[in-house]
Amino acid sequence: MTTTTKAVGAPLARIEGPEKVSGRARYAAEYPVDGVAHGWIVPSPVPRGRLTAVVADPTGDTMAVLWHGNAPSLAAVDDPELAVLQSDRISYRGQPIALVVADTLEAARRAAQVLHLEIEAEEHETVLRADHPGVYEPETVNPGYPAATVHGDVETALATADVTVDVTYSTPALHNNPMEPHATIARWDGDDLTLYDSNQHPSGVAATVGEIFGVDRVHVITEHVGGGFGSKGTARPNAVLAALAARVTGRPVKVVLPRQAMFSMVGHRTPTLQRVRLAAGRDGTLSGIDHQAYSQTSRLYEFAEQTAVVTRHMYAAPHRRTGHHLLRLDMPTPRWMRAPGEAPGMLALECAIDELAEKLGMDPIELRIRNEPSAEPESGVAFTSRHYVECLRRGAERFGWSGRDPRPARRREGDWWIGTGVAGATYPTMAQPSTARVRALPDGTFEVAIGATDLGTGARTILVQIAADALDVAPERVRIRIGDSTLPRASVAGGSSGSASWGWAVTGACRSLRDTGRDEVTFDSTELVQRQETEGRHAYGAHFAEVRVDAVTGEVRVSRLFGMYAAGRILNARTARGQFLGGMIMGMGMALHEEGVLDPAMGEWVNHDLAGYHVPVHADVESIEAAWLDETDDRINPMGSKGIGEIGIVGSPAAIVNAVWHATGIRIRDLPVRLDKILDGLPAS
Amino acid sequence: MRLTVNGTEHVLDLDPRTTLLDALREHLGLTGAKKGCDHGQCGACTVLLDGRRVNSCLLLAIAHQDSHVTTIEGLDGHPVQRGFLEHDGFQCGYCTPGQICSAVGMLDEVDRGWPSAAADDDPLSDAEIRERMSGNLCRCGAYPHMVPAIRQAAGR
Repeated sequence: MTTTTKAVGAPLARIEGPEKVSGRARYAAEYPVDGVAHGWIVPSPVPRGRLTAVVADPTGDTMAVLWHGNAPSLAAVDDPELAVLQSDRISYRGQPIALVVADTLEAARRAAQVLHLEIEAEEHETVLRADHPGVYEPETVNPGYPAATVHGDVETALATADVTVDVTYSTPALHNNPMEPHATIARWDGDDLTLYDSNQHPSGVAATVGEIFGVDRVHVITEHVGGGFGSKGTARPNAVLAALAARVTGRPVKVVLPRQAMFSMVGHRTPTLQRVRLAAGRDGTLSGIDHQAYSQTSRLYEFAEQTAVVTRHMYAAPHRRTGHHLLRLDMPTPRWMRAPGEAPGMLALECAIDELAEKLGMDPIELRIRNEPSAEPESGVAFTSRHYVECLRRGAERFGWSGRDPRPARRREGDWWIGTGVAGATYPTMAQPSTARVRALPDGTFEVAIGATDLGTGARTILVQIAADALDVAPERVRIRIGDSTLPRASVAGGSSGSASWGWAVTGACRSLRDTGRDEVTFDSTELVQRQETEGRHAYGAHFAEVRVDAVTGEVRVSRLFGMYAAGRILNARTARGQFLGGMIMGMGMALHEEGVLDPAMGEWVNHDLAGYHVPVHADVESIEAAWLDETDDRINPMGSKGIGEIGIVGSPAAIVNAVWHATGIRIRDLPVRLDKILDGLPAS
Repeated sequence: MRLTVNGTEHVLDLDPRTTLLDALREHLGLTGAKKGCDHGQCGACTVLLDGRRVNSCLLLAIAHQDSHVTTIEGLDGHPVQRGFLEHDGFQCGYCTPGQICSAVGMLDEVDRGWPSAAADDDPLSDAEIRERMSGNLCRCGAYPHMVPAIRQAAGR
């Protein structure tokens, strides 16, 4: 084997960069399709009830007004939210109950606004409460874990411990809000359906939509995706509505969600209520951990977020208990949002650990190191690699942690109280079966094809790097094709598993082509992925925050945010930095800004746009940095890579909340940290 | 009605309710300007109207027949675009044309001596760039890579 400079790890610039900075990159709604009509979704104005009639303005210039009274029937699939316009039942406010189709966007929107709906509204319930009689324990939580676990006797551990913590943290509904709203253009040619669709999984969307319409040939084109953060993981109602309208009208139809619909129709992070109890000896050794999480789901669908699962493998303790509790509400179905489970779960756990450090008078980093497990504490299985302690230690050095006065509200500079905080981070390392094809072309280049997507993760570029190394050629000789369901079937861009899953298949195809000398190889990784042993596969990290809190107004600013990661081999140093920092910035939003504000009477989040729902802006991000350890883990996949798309949002909110306590002495246990929650408790100047 | 975009005058037959953004995207095939919120809240639709940055989703096309519109497609290899490429100032790319047009307009505002709320002595300090660019949201959080890109384009 000849040796070339390895492409993997190099900070290769994004292949599609020139298209993105010039405006040439096409997103779903931007394809020129002859004769395209515009569909506008009519959302339910009530959270619960029955739609009994729809009366369109007879003078309106519409092509069709579709609702359950006239829409063709669709085959049912696993996700009841895709059974659009199939029933009179209204299950949440914002649910699509009609679609208006017109020649122009302006006409469709206007007709939708003046559409007369006859609705029998019913009493509704929209507020998550732990003491609600309807709270129940699901059989499993995503993606298939037991809802509850018990090891030892946590109650006795709590009753006999030197020091205990018993705290409840709450997190609000959070909304993914990728910058590109969900969008679809649908076109039928006989029974062949083409969808230009914004999603994280073209193979999956093609299969689902095909099943719904009972057709085999669905071609999903997803060349560029303007972010997803989980909300585009599966087909959403826009794809089905566009295909339905195109079927009925005989015209291609474009359906783009308005920003307001992004809060209800495409999922959100469930609100959580989490009680964490810790039992420890004077030396900081944990004897018991209990983490009970309450979250919500909808009437339509049981979505059981795995909030407390992370506590099962984070810290050692002989007595432990975790549990999940769900309440069905007349609200939109929660779905995946960046690090579902880990992000809110680690907020509660890592803030509780900080509270324990305070009670013990112990450094919070030392407390974490003292409780480092040698194997997964509940399952007993070994970790493939775990460099959490190194992340804490090396991160502390880089951040300048030593010499920190542990007491709160001690550091004052001008108008500001200054504080620092730390929290751990972890995210599971996963891989799913995928298939890739490589062809040796006559011009000496290689075409690698896989139905993957690049949501801004750098996947397109990274797959070129992986292929180049596996073929033993320079990356310039590799051409990559992704974003198309007619390419070999790939897994979802989700669960921080894209690079691992697709890279595994690409590596297999390219190595086989190199070794056999064939012109074309297709490689399916299913068998290899399924043969993986049961081991603890996780990425780790530590987040450090320095905040300043205005002594008069309570305004919180994050002066410094730093993440130190151990996430396997980093495939592209340039795009990796962007992903880590992006996750940390979304974590800052979770800590300080983001909150779906519920109006229980209306059953909706009243701040459902980007003026009311605040995401971090340029001015919020001051000094921010990410670094990583040189971790290699050859037990996980051929690249030795762990996923990095989500770990940045895990623990970073807790580091900020803990820093706010250190700055002011105020424990905010109800996110986000708004200044009105701080004002009353600010220390006297 | 007529619309002058990137130096070319177009004659269009548009619904009077058509926004400048929809005129560009749906009628002229200029899809570089993005629709992120349609309410002037995210900045993805930013274009230059007679050199000044505007949210094109908030303007009615018919009211700007005498203006010169510059979109991302009209910025050919601008230093801000080069800066974004060199500093990886984007991820998904959906806010990127708006960020770039906004930065071009912002640098012109600085040249004209327009102040910002950051009120720094140096109108192109990092804090100033961040303040002046805060009307353009990026959900990927590529901000730390955009600030040096813009600084570089400004010759710093």
